[in-house]
Amino acid sequence: MTSVLTLAGVSKSFGAARALVDVDLEVHPHEVVAVVGDNGAGKSTLAAMLAGVHQPDSGAVLVDGEPVRLASPATARQRGIAAVFQELALCDNLDVVENLFLGHELEAGPFLDEVAMERQAWELLDQLAARVPSVRMPVSALSGGQRRTVAIARALLGDPRVVVLDEPTAALGIRQTAQVLTLVERLRSRGHSVVLISHSTADVQAVADRIVVLRLGRVNGVFDADAATSEDLLAAITGAAPAAPRTRRPGAAPVEGGPR
Amino acid sequence: MSAGEDAGALRSLWRRMRAGELRMLPIVVALLVIWVVFGIANPTFWTAENLVNLSLQSVSTGVIALGVVLVLLVGQIDLSVGSVSGLAAAIVAVGSVQWGWPLALGVVVAVVVGMAVGLVYGIACTRLGLPSFVLTLAGLLVLAGVQWRVLGTDGSVNLPFGSWLVRFSQSWFVPAAVAWVAVVVVVLVVAGVALLERRRRVLVDLPAESLGRIAARCALLAVVLALVVGYLGRARGVGVSVVFFLALVVVADVLLRRTRWGRSMRAVGGSRRAALLAGVPVRRTLVSAFVACSALAAVGGVLAAGRLAAANQGTGGGDVFLTAIAAAVIGGTSLFGGRGSAWSAVLGVLVIQSIANGLTLLDLDSAARSIVTGVVLALAVSIDTLVRGRRET
Ligand SMILES: Nc1ncnc2c1ncn2[C@@H]1O[C@H](COP(=O)(O)OP(=O)(O)OP(=O)(O)O)[C@@H](O)[C@H]1O
Ligand SMILES: [Mg+2]
Repeated sequence: MTSVLTLAGVSKSFGAARALVDVDLEVHPHEVVAVVGDNGAGKSTLAAMLAGVHQPDSGAVLVDGEPVRLASPATARQRGIAAVFQELALCDNLDVVENLFLGHELEAGPFLDEVAMERQAWELLDQLAARVPSVRMPVSALSGGQRRTVAIARALLGDPRVVVLDEPTAALGIRQTAQVLTLVERLRSRGHSVVLISHSTADVQAVADRIVVLRLGRVNGVFDADAATSEDLLAAITGAAPAAPRTRRPGAAPVEGGPR
Repeated sequence: MSAGEDAGALRSLWRRMRAGELRMLPIVVALLVIWVVFGIANPTFWTAENLVNLSLQSVSTGVIALGVVLVLLVGQIDLSVGSVSGLAAAIVAVGSVQWGWPLALGVVVAVVVGMAVGLVYGIACTRLGLPSFVLTLAGLLVLAGVQWRVLGTDGSVNLPFGSWLVRFSQSWFVPAAVAWVAVVVVVLVVAGVALLERRRRVLVDLPAESLGRIAARCALLAVVLALVVGYLGRARGVGVSVVFFLALVVVADVLLRRTRWGRSMRAVGGSRRAALLAGVPVRRTLVSAFVACSALAAVGGVLAAGRLAAANQGTGGGDVFLTAIAAAVIGGTSLFGGRGSAWSAVLGVLVIQSIANGLTLLDLDSAARSIVTGVVLALAVSIDTLVRGRRET
């Protein structure tokens, strides 16, 4: 199967900190790929790279098998990749519609087409079954869950092929977490590929097709979501034991293995 | 039922005030209070002739304050607007009087120099990451020096009274008939735009402004404009330079509220990182804000030269930059970036000039003026911080 998006041997360092080391990742059409790992494993760095915020030091990013340079978030978007960042990255002083269309506003002649934008905003939020009191409210007045919905809705706006969600369930209540996970499934059924970043193995097992485990910047195992158990995942995340035999990448053994 | 409605209306008023829609309301009230107090203290304040003077005095600083609003919106500051305006005044005066340039050429050169200064700030701020506070403080000193060099040893150059720039700033007034036609046209345009927008929204089932509210808004606008035109008309009338200033404000307001550029400005001021991640051209937006600010400062300087019929070492010096920044903030533009409106330049400068004018009429010196203006500024910043603080907690 051809993959929509591929990372081939990608590395990224920040000074002495090696955030990503020789990472391979494939994202196929209509697939939810989960990336799990402990704090500091490099998950957000991976998301930022897919979204065009960071560029790899070495290795290649391929879209439809073609090497590309995602120089900026705008370029990534043009290539059909949109991201929701861990810290959401909304402008608090702008209202919901303004945030949704920021950077790609609809225009009628030289002026903004507020009516069209507001209408599309409602449609989009309805599709996501999102409850927002008013789309003309500054996002600073919204709850955490509502803000996240706005951020996700914004990522979906240009109908991207790949949606990267960095910790979409962090700091959410049980019901809202369930809503976000339903949303992820809805995205897949609508034809998007999803890269779901999380450190909750339970969430990930509920919706993902494939699970990639990152540990200290390296891929420490790739699992089929149906086959993997929580124990397998935990072991790969913490490096407590060698990656389970179900992994497709037996070579990726932990560096400093053994139980602590 | 109606009590509940009232409470609801009040609550929505408060919410909208906090949301920024009605941030202007406190300052409008403050302005009215200032006018009433000075009017009672010295009835001369209310004479049409004095108000005509007040309006003419406000133009130069108002244009500079409009530029300051733009840099504040993107979360930056420009301390050198006074020096830029002084340099522009010097270029116009020296160019046309000593070097024999046509006046128009002097004006164009002055504005281009202003834009170049803004470009340098913008590039230094975005490419080198220099903080605009220090950058423009350096600019303030450097440009004041350049201004003195341009003026030469005399330190002062007079413009001929007959020149169009002096007449434009001092003695050109809009004929009454034209002013009244303009009032009607403005009200009709505002009403037309509101009705069109309402129709479009109703057609697609979006909540729309009620016809009553549109009517009330237009009626209020008509009354305010009619009062201004009618009352100032009892003396010399509405100055052409005043109309020029208001036209600049309207253009800036439309650009800020209705175009992609304006949206980018507010986004960059709200959260530079979020704007960047959303694909907003952050650097270009910042540079454009600095360029527009310095260009407007230059225009303000040119107008000041016209109003004084001279340029000297004091033009644009002293507290001009402080007054302009204070005007922008008093008018409701946030020092913290991302919140504000072009109209805050008008309101702020009216407050400051009314205080100056009123205190002068009361024979109080500039010490009193400075103290009162400072207190008003402190109040304005407190309101700004309060609103912001409430939002973030
Ligand atoms: N901009 C940066 N500058 C320097 N170091 C960075 C930067 N971004 C990330 N790092 C480092 O890279 C490593 C991976 O960070 P990253 O944010 O990708 O982890 P994460 O898996 O998202 O963690 P978390 O679960 O806490 O969000 C960390 O050691 C971090 O300190
Ligand atoms: Mg992270």
